[in-house]
Amino acid sequence: MNIHEYQAKQIFQKYGVPTPKGIMVESVKDAVIAAQELGGPIWVVKAQIHAGGRGLGGGVKLAKTLDEVEELANEILGMTLVTHQTGPEGKLVQKLYIEDGADIKEELYLSVVLDRTLEMPLIMASTEGGMNIEDVAENTPEKIITVPVDPAIGFQGFHGRQLAFGLGITDKAEQKNIITFAQKLFKLYMELDAEMIEINPLVKTGKGEFIALDGKMGFDNSALGRQPEIAAMRDLTEEDPDEVEAAHYGLSYVALDGEIGCMVNGAGLAMGTMDTINHMGGTPANFLDVGGSANAETVAKGFEIILKNPKVKAIFVNIFGGIVRCDRIANGILEATKITDVNVPVIVRLDGTNAPEAAEILKNANIENIIVASDLGDGAAKAVAAAKGE
Amino acid sequence: MSILVNKDTKVIVQGFTGKEGTFHAEQCIDYGTNIVGGVTPNKGGQTHLGQPVFNTVSEAVATTGATVSMIFVPPAFVGDAVMEAAEAGIELAVIITEGAPVKDMQAAKAHANKHGMMTIGPNCPGVITAEECKIGIMPGMIFKKGNVGLISKSGTLTYEGANQVCNEGYGITTAVGIGGDPIIGLSYNQILPMFEADPDTEAIVMIGEIGGDLEIQAAKLIKEQITKPVVAFIAGQTAPKGKTMGHAGAIVSGSAGTAKEKMEALEAAGVKVVVSPAEIGKAIKEVLSR
Repeated sequence: MNIHEYQAKQIFQKYGVPTPKGIMVESVKDAVIAAQELGGPIWVVKAQIHAGGRGLGGGVKLAKTLDEVEELANEILGMTLVTHQTGPEGKLVQKLYIEDGADIKEELYLSVVLDRTLEMPLIMASTEGGMNIEDVAENTPEKIITVPVDPAIGFQGFHGRQLAFGLGITDKAEQKNIITFAQKLFKLYMELDAEMIEINPLVKTGKGEFIALDGKMGFDNSALGRQPEIAAMRDLTEEDPDEVEAAHYGLSYVALDGEIGCMVNGAGLAMGTMDTINHMGGTPANFLDVGGSANAETVAKGFEIILKNPKVKAIFVNIFGGIVRCDRIANGILEATKITDVNVPVIVRLDGTNAPEAAEILKNANIENIIVASDLGDGAAKAVAAAKGE
Repeated sequence: MSILVNKDTKVIVQGFTGKEGTFHAEQCIDYGTNIVGGVTPNKGGQTHLGQPVFNTVSEAVATTGATVSMIFVPPAFVGDAVMEAAEAGIELAVIITEGAPVKDMQAAKAHANKHGMMTIGPNCPGVITAEECKIGIMPGMIFKKGNVGLISKSGTLTYEGANQVCNEGYGITTAVGIGGDPIIGLSYNQILPMFEADPDTEAIVMIGEIGGDLEIQAAKLIKEQITKPVVAFIAGQTAPKGKTMGHAGAIVSGSAGTAKEKMEALEAAGVKVVVSPAEIGKAIKEVLSR
């Protein structure tokens, strides 16, 4: 789960990680009031959406007067912001963060992520702040410093020194500042079950202090149950409504561009089904994993969500039943045809637990637009043909 | 022969008396797995599915001599259960539970390493040696005994792959579902050498996914150490960037961990890479009839 910049900064402040002062607002009027309260003399008006690249997309701008704050708030609030992370459709800006302008001497980069190979958190830093870190990693990998921290020993002095010397910080007061900064950040990473924290840029001020000018945080969904304060920060308006609805029924759904709706059990087989359709000349309309507890109701819901997409010309149901019982899926398909108007061909491949019973159920139902497939390859081929109207 | 587990392996179940634990333990017993007991705190002394229940893993190990534990406890208790198994002298913990917090798994895996305990999972179908021992939730009937070893991050693709291998007239030695979470136990690079050393395994199916670099590391190891033919499929060639496709591990950012990158690395290591899981069976037939 991701949160907004203003929420990340609230967390930073709680843990003593320095940030500029700022106020989140949802109207132009409140933006001006917030700016007055902050006092100036300069302010930054920042769009709050769950995506990076906001500055380049025109969602972060500097104001030197209250009139300018009003003007910019008017411009940014309600705009559809397109960045390299939003996709071409962009994201509607519904919240702004009005922030004090900072005294910027240098821009650095700092993040904490899980290193899967080392199997421990990793602090990553660079002197190349404000840039896309993937580009830095590709073009000048020597400018990225990595400090793995074993949680069993926690953040020690030597971790801090590796970081400070790695960034070329020689002033003793500055060294102390960056080490304290990183130490607090690591503490909150561990305590809050964060998956990722990224501060880009991390700013060094004229006084040699370090301030988080930006803040991105993602959290481990599996740990949200024990992090109620974090879970409460979830902003559903930032998520795809169909994905949210699907999740409510235990379905994992992601919309794609193509024409063949997919309903599969298991994430791997679901991706493999998409790959097979693609390989046979078709295009998948979605990823949908019905999960291990699929029943008639969830299958019917899955059909409803898939069919909301007007591009869908055929549906491929591909189930290899382990825990999922095929007869339940077959009944779910029948149920779905009763509740929803299934107006496209449905290609059904059911294998594994109770597959013969499922075949019997579908055969007896004798529904015109249900086409039974013998295996994955056969099913994908039939789905591609059906989508082409063959 | 086989790897990791066989008909003589003594298995206990942590979370034995729970709904999931009971259902799947019963299926495992029916398959022939030598389940010698289970652990549920405060239910010690009872008998469940004809086997003794213990309060602690160390008690269960001392009484039954179990070397493997199958873990079904709820997500919030997985870390605790794995660490308990490690200290009790269990040699292999198979963690089926889905949704364990990553931080807990990080600590548990480090502790398991310290005590020399192997782990499989979490969030995986488990391990099965065909017609001998099933430790997990896979449909046992599709795994016929044979000469092909299988390793997969995905549960349902494990079934798909095994089914195709068997439909071509071959069979499975051992199949291991390693799971797709950010922190997992045994991975390709520990299991591939086991199959290489197993005299009954003549070919290996390896099923991967987008995200992470385990498959890239596997490609290096295959090139250097594996002489048996390997067939591979990487799921997620058509997955959009930056989206999570169910498994937490299946996230692509930038160019790292794409299906294309992994397929190319494996091909360069001499692996027979298929573009669709529907071709796994045919590919095994091809490499075994060379």
